Amino acid sequence: MKGFLFFRLFLRDLKKQRKKITLTTLAIAWGTFSIVMLLAFGEGLKNQMSKANSGLGKGICIMWGGQTTIPYQGLGKGRRIRFTEEDVELLKSRIPEIENVGGEYNRWEIAMTYGKKTLTERVNGLYPCYEEMRSHYPEKGGRFINDLDLKYKRRVVFLGNELKERLMGNEKNVVGKTIIINSIPFTVIGVMREKLQMGAYGGMDEDKVSIPATTFKAIWGYTYFNNLVYQPKDPEKAEQVEKEVYKVLGAKHKFDPEDERALGIWDVINQAKEMNKVFLGISIFLGIIGGMTLLIAGVGVANIMFAAVKQRTREIGIKMALGGKRKDIMSQFILESLMIAFFGGGAGIVFTVIIVRILQAIPIQSEGLQFLGKPTISWDVMAVTIVILGLVGLLSGFFPSRKAAVVNPVESLRYE
Amino acid sequence: MIEIIGMTKVYTTGKVNVEALRGIDLKIEKNDFISIMGPSGSGKSTLMNIIGCLDTPTQGEYHLEGMKVAELDPNRLADIRNQKIGFVFQNFNLLPYATAFENVEIPLIFKGDSFKKRKARTEELLEIVGLKDRMDHKPTELSGGEMQRVSIARALACNPSIILADEPTGNLDSVSGAEIIEIFVDLWNKGHTIAIITHDTKISSRTQRIIKLLDGMIVDGGGA
Repeated sequence: MKGFLFFRLFLRDLKKQRKKITLTTLAIAWGTFSIVMLLAFGEGLKNQMSKANSGLGKGICIMWGGQTTIPYQGLGKGRRIRFTEEDVELLKSRIPEIENVGGEYNRWEIAMTYGKKTLTERVNGLYPCYEEMRSHYPEKGGRFINDLDLKYKRRVVFLGNELKERLMGNEKNVVGKTIIINSIPFTVIGVMREKLQMGAYGGMDEDKVSIPATTFKAIWGYTYFNNLVYQPKDPEKAEQVEKEVYKVLGAKHKFDPEDERALGIWDVINQAKEMNKVFLGISIFLGIIGGMTLLIAGVGVANIMFAAVKQRTREIGIKMALGGKRKDIMSQFILESLMIAFFGGGAGIVFTVIIVRILQAIPIQSEGLQFLGKPTISWDVMAVTIVILGLVGLLSGFFPSRKAAVVNPVESLRYE
Repeated sequence: MIEIIGMTKVYTTGKVNVEALRGIDLKIEKNDFISIMGPSGSGKSTLMNIIGCLDTPTQGEYHLEGMKVAELDPNRLADIRNQKIGFVFQNFNLLPYATAFENVEIPLIFKGDSFKKRKARTEELLEIVGLKDRMDHKPTELSGGEMQRVSIARALACNPSIILADEPTGNLDSVSGAEIIEIFVDLWNKGHTIAIITHDTKISSRTQRIIKLLDGMIVDGGGA
């Protein structure tokens, strides 16, 4: 009954201050809309970026051979460190924390022909583990290089999707077709699924041509890998694994494990972590901007509640005379402003969800917009918004209610 | 039950001090039925507000059922107003948007009774003042006499030690006024303690004792 009475009181107030309350509720809805929208864009940007980041590979480190800068065990500095298949096997067997490791060969300016079209492009010699590590996922109907391709040094090729467009045009079902690479016919086994890629070395993956590492070696006779890629089992332990790699390879190639320049390691995991921090910062910034908008709306709510306190002075006095305590008087105003906040907030959230749905449904072509045009409303965003709404409602009710609580009952009973 | 010793009340408005009460000594025993009379400005309402714990004295002692009221904190005073004091006002002071039932229920809500308990008690109270069939009506749908009966029911809600009525018939026609007087007499006969501020000799003539106030002092009827 208390709640019911409270609700009736609210409705009465609504009637008396209809215009004001409607406008304020709209202001709250607008504030909520802007905060949710901003956070949703931030979240979408973050998602797209981390997707793009994992386009290069999820939880991997990319390693190049370097040059020693510290003399070690009687050997001078300036020696080049390069990797062979032995190093891959060594890392696999000596560091159990490594889930996957593989080397890659590459060679530029290789002529490749399909029909009448000839391009001069880069060719990679890869291992099957690159499918997972470096996100070389095939489009439907195709596959990536497998162990048998390696074993039999098959002349098969996996094409980057952009390169396929340039070489073979719009042709569909290119799996099984033959292209000539370096005057040798290769069978197409798959085309890479389109992906967002941010970091890259030696060009984007969509522009690359991949063949089995063994086939590559047989054709061009490479001894050394151009680089290695490894994937720690636990991404959190990437730094530990890195130290292990220095130790193990240092022992084999005779360089000081402290000699950082002997190897070049690109820690994609750490980079992703750093980026998440940046995005947390961006989200906080966007949240603050949205929060400010909401705060202004909160001032409107406070204004209404101040007016309500004045209008209800007599009523407050009656309640005090009948034994209402400070908290009884205050809670009413706080509850009312919370109600306005959540009603407006609810409307704002619903509106935002509709807008976001519409934006998500619009197909995006431009590359810049691929990063911006995917606002996402996550539970985090909702939680943050609801907390801020609650705070705004609470604060905008608290100050007026404090004024109500110090009303002098004797005077308020005389108030007309 | 109520004992007031040497009470003064000074209001400060701007730079002028107004002495509303200038040394009041008053005793009210259980089941007393008193009226407080005096010209306007004599301090009747101030005395009433202090007895009702809505206001505190500047000086002097106020004992209510053995408690020294002047020393209590605001929450404790609210409890006393809730459970020991029943107010009846000249202008009724009912909440206009609430029904008769809801108005009577309010003190019970503050007391913290369960809904079931409140409902039973509220219906019982409205029965006492003869308004049970009108309990779903709002104050605007009731006559002045009926509104005052609702406020009497509300004052009785928590079974208070004393009922304080401030000109309870002041806004009523003579017929309704007479009815209200009968209700008070009836309550007195049932054992309630009642203090009524009034100009109306029709009321004061029915009370046990008349206290006359003039310029903030009791000129007649203060002792027990």
